[in-house]
Amino acid sequence: MLEIKNLHVSVEGKAILKGIDLSVQPGEIHAIMGPNGSGKSTLSHVIAGRDGYEITGGRIIYQGEDLTGLAPEIRAAKGIFLAFQYPVEIPGVANTTFLKEALNAIRRYHGEDELDAMQFVKMMREKAKELGIPEDMLKRAVNVGFSGGEKKRNEILQMAILNPRLAILDETDSGLDIDAMKIVAEGVNNMRAPERSTLIITHYQRLLDYIIPDKVHVLAHGRIQRSGGKELALELEEKGYAEFGEAAA
Amino acid sequence: MTTEPTQLQPFVESFDPARSGLPGAGLGWLKALRKTGIERFEALGLPTPKLEAWKYTRLKPLEDTRYQPVTDEDGMAALNTVPSLLPDPGGRPRLVFVNGWMRPNFWIVGDLPDGVHLESLHDVLETRPDWIRERLGTLAGEDDSSLVQLNTAMMDTGFVLRVEDGVRVETPIEVIFVGGLTAHPVAYSPRNLIVLGKGAEATVVRYHVGLGAGAYFANSVTEIDVGPGALFRNYKVQAEALEATHIDTVRARVARDATYESFSLSIGGRLSRNEVSVRLEGEGAHCALNGAYLMRGSEHCDNTTQIDHLVPHTTSREVFKGVLDDESRAVFVGRIVVHKDAQKTDGYQLCKTLLLSTGAEIDVKPELEIYADDVKCSHGATTGQMDETALFYLRSRGVPEALARNLLVQSFIGEVLEEISDEDVRRAITDQVVHWLPAACYLAEEWRAE
Amino acid sequence: MVASTNTAQQVKELAEEKYKYGFFTDIESETAPKGLNEDIVRFISAKKNEPEWLLKWRLKAFKYWLTMPEPRWSKVIHDPIDYQDAYYYSAPKSAADGPQSLDEIDPQLLETYEKLGIPLKEQERLSGVAVDAVFDSVSVATTFKAKLGEVGVIFCPISEALEVCPDLVKKYLGTVVPYTDNKHATLNSAVFTDGSFVYIPPGVRCPMELSTYFRINAANTGQFERTLIIADKGSYVSYLEGCTAPMRDEHQLHAAVVELITLDDAEIKYSTIQNWYPGDENGRGGIYNFVTKRGHCRGRNSKISWTQVETGAAITWKYPSCILQGDNSVGEFYSIAITNNYQQADTGTKMIHLGKNTTSRIISKGISAGRANQTYRGLVRISPKAEGARNFTQCDSLLIGDRCGAHTVPYIECKNKSAIVEHEATTSKISEDQLFYLRQRGIPPEEAVTLVVNGFCREVLQQLPMEFAVEAQKLVGISLEGSVG
Repeated sequence: MLEIKNLHVSVEGKAILKGIDLSVQPGEIHAIMGPNGSGKSTLSHVIAGRDGYEITGGRIIYQGEDLTGLAPEIRAAKGIFLAFQYPVEIPGVANTTFLKEALNAIRRYHGEDELDAMQFVKMMREKAKELGIPEDMLKRAVNVGFSGGEKKRNEILQMAILNPRLAILDETDSGLDIDAMKIVAEGVNNMRAPERSTLIITHYQRLLDYIIPDKVHVLAHGRIQRSGGKELALELEEKGYAEFGEAAA
Repeated sequence: MTTEPTQLQPFVESFDPARSGLPGAGLGWLKALRKTGIERFEALGLPTPKLEAWKYTRLKPLEDTRYQPVTDEDGMAALNTVPSLLPDPGGRPRLVFVNGWMRPNFWIVGDLPDGVHLESLHDVLETRPDWIRERLGTLAGEDDSSLVQLNTAMMDTGFVLRVEDGVRVETPIEVIFVGGLTAHPVAYSPRNLIVLGKGAEATVVRYHVGLGAGAYFANSVTEIDVGPGALFRNYKVQAEALEATHIDTVRARVARDATYESFSLSIGGRLSRNEVSVRLEGEGAHCALNGAYLMRGSEHCDNTTQIDHLVPHTTSREVFKGVLDDESRAVFVGRIVVHKDAQKTDGYQLCKTLLLSTGAEIDVKPELEIYADDVKCSHGATTGQMDETALFYLRSRGVPEALARNLLVQSFIGEVLEEISDEDVRRAITDQVVHWLPAACYLAEEWRAE
Repeated sequence: MVASTNTAQQVKELAEEKYKYGFFTDIESETAPKGLNEDIVRFISAKKNEPEWLLKWRLKAFKYWLTMPEPRWSKVIHDPIDYQDAYYYSAPKSAADGPQSLDEIDPQLLETYEKLGIPLKEQERLSGVAVDAVFDSVSVATTFKAKLGEVGVIFCPISEALEVCPDLVKKYLGTVVPYTDNKHATLNSAVFTDGSFVYIPPGVRCPMELSTYFRINAANTGQFERTLIIADKGSYVSYLEGCTAPMRDEHQLHAAVVELITLDDAEIKYSTIQNWYPGDENGRGGIYNFVTKRGHCRGRNSKISWTQVETGAAITWKYPSCILQGDNSVGEFYSIAITNNYQQADTGTKMIHLGKNTTSRIISKGISAGRANQTYRGLVRISPKAEGARNFTQCDSLLIGDRCGAHTVPYIECKNKSAIVEHEATTSKISEDQLFYLRQRGIPPEEAVTLVVNGFCREVLQQLPMEFAVEAQKLVGISLEGSVG
């Protein structure tokens, strides 16, 4: 699904990622953990294709294809989804409209028929219901006036509708109380499928109590320092990131 | 203050030959008014950036274009369909002018209730000269700007709306000024007069639209008298032709407990200036002065507004938003004056501009001048570019870049469109904004519905 | 809050003091003939033993000045200034030969400065502050010179700098404010008499606050000091000026020029407490404070920060500005202006963004009371090359009484799309709720006003060096005296 080989990334001339290797197979859930400033968010942004990151070495291979140079929307069409740490507010653009445009753009890319408003709203309502998202949230402008928990749930709703092959959850657990986190985790777990892979980026272990990863990687100083099974997360919980150069917050 | 005589001369010279053909030529008082107008204009000269009020706008087209008076041929140019702003007029009242010429065959005055008088300036000068004599020039008078003086001298077209006490007009009245389709650059000077009686209500939508090619200079002046407890909505869309110069002066007076609401959308014209001043003269008076400007190419748009709070307990609200692409330039000057003893004034003003291109320029001067202490006044102004994070967010969801950019422009402008209280007009203006966006991928109905 | 409570007490103590700096020192002075002409310019230059180039420059300025109209664009109103009805040079006689040490200074002068709260004797010095005292036209004393000399800092009257480091003066004088700048600055260029010169060598963090104290004493005398501060690469200096004058019925002109220059990575923090005589409650007398202050961030990552507390003067006309030329340079303007009775102030700043990623911040707090009129006038200009520039402006005005005026006139010119400019302004009455709350707790009305105003100004007061923050807070209270009935 995703092969990252010796990836080096700089931002404004400063090296952030200094040689990342990562291999995620279909159906797997990987957790990337690490202290603040270790490059976790950079990694997620680079996979999704955000401008301003310079790849100075290495490659990102997704489903056998080098992603370098592809626009973010093309990557999205190819099935990459990034749940943002800070979902963006877009006043005046309704959630429904936005998602319909996104979904239809992706469908067009694959040569599929676009959904009309009726079909789309029906589908959206179903997904929203599953995630316990109230109807009025769909009508409101994208993320405007949403609480922290609502924003994160909205991200999961978008994920459910766009049905990605590779989902990246960037600090999705930050700022969530335990109930909100359970809802988010349930949404992710429901989408677990043999053809789908998930990358969970987090500072804390607690989300991994609800979403059990196949593999855990520790990212620090721009490199994967250690990889292991889910037990590695528990170990980090206990010891913190001290051995990687920072005390657990 | 000094203007080269060569730039003034064509305007002054065109006055004498034209005067006999101008409306109301037989009225002595009007003759005198026009004469004072041209003399004052000659004395003041064309405004230049040396004047503080014109610091950021230079009337270049007026300096280097020789405009000619409109001929029958220009005024009667073939018009297959009327470029209406509001969809399907049905019984909706509508006036149409082409290069300043009245085109009564396109007029619809049908459904207006009793007590509403919607006529051309020509007709009113003939039928009710004494009535109009008392009102014309009371709000845009001798001490007004030089371009108002020029209009006073040359006014050759326009409409008069009079709404009697207590009469409410439910549907918006559309007044369409079509420019263009002329072989030579032409100049025309609409003069409009709107008088709302006590408790009256009306909505006017002015649509200044350019068709085809052709340079023209539209120098419009509108005087608006909103009576006690009345409500007047003054909407305007300026979609002039590429080579057009559009000067629009509005002088309004708002009486006790009355409301004046305006929205001005500028989406076309080589050079445009909307100069609005509103006097809140009675307690409880309120005005909302809103607008948007969307410019590209090398267009220049200037919105200069002044709100005078003259008595206690008046409120004003002003929101302008702009989007500038290419080498376009916009100016926003918003002045709020709270006069002595105008206690309990509440004034709010906001101007936000989005710069889409490196060559674009915005100059903003929000100004507060306050001589009373028990007031609450604030203004805010921002300029910036498109939010890159928001753009990435949309694109990461699969929305193509061009559409994502359009969405963000729509999102940005959307806030000010909500200030338009008439729903039909809001929809029509929203459509104009959507169609201004780069072609091929704009959003359809849903966005409008939200 | 602690500071504010102290302030309230101080205000009470000072309640009867009004303008406590209004005394006049009867001291023997040497004065140039009244009036302004080329000979006066030559006289001043000769008096100072100036090099030929400077005299030529002065004369050029004077010639140009004769052709310039009075600036008319501000909101201030005053009768035409009779430039011939003033003295352009006045120096205490005892200083004529130049005191070699503080012991040689006229004891009466020392006493004057002590009365002003500025002890010049080093043993009684303000802790950690070096002071240059300018009395009418000349500098009378500079403290701590030796200690500053150890680290290479030059801090002396500008007339002395012409002897000590003429090349530095020649290289930088008039490069930020050219002699053609505006009528008042041009006049200053022609007739400036003294002022402070500061040079901070590369990499030096000036070990103490530098301060100049300006005093107009003689009658009918204009004061035209000129300050030049150069912060070389990687250096830092904090500088403070204070001003007072006796109470007199006629208006006196103060037309100063301040030029600041920062090279790469350097920083200048310039604070002013301006407490010139404001005139009486009927608008008689007071100083015309027409000042041109400008900083030039020439180097990368350099910073110039202006903080001003303007409480005095009949008319204040000044716009301390920053030209942000070096990439990543920073300009700041923090201002409190208080006008009462018939005072007028038209003040603000200009932030000219030329370099990439330059940032500026403007915080202006205006308080108008009595029949005073006050205007904030500002310009933020983003030039096409100022990629990534950023400005934030906050202008708040507070009105006390229904006969005063408060005006806000900001100009924003943006020619670069990547720039972010934010401007906010508010004008409101002093909050009745707050006043009532305080009074209900037993605080008398005037103290309550002072408390509220100090709270309103807090953001700016915090920018002042500790020693002067207290003085500034006191001033706030005194300036507003009689503003609540």
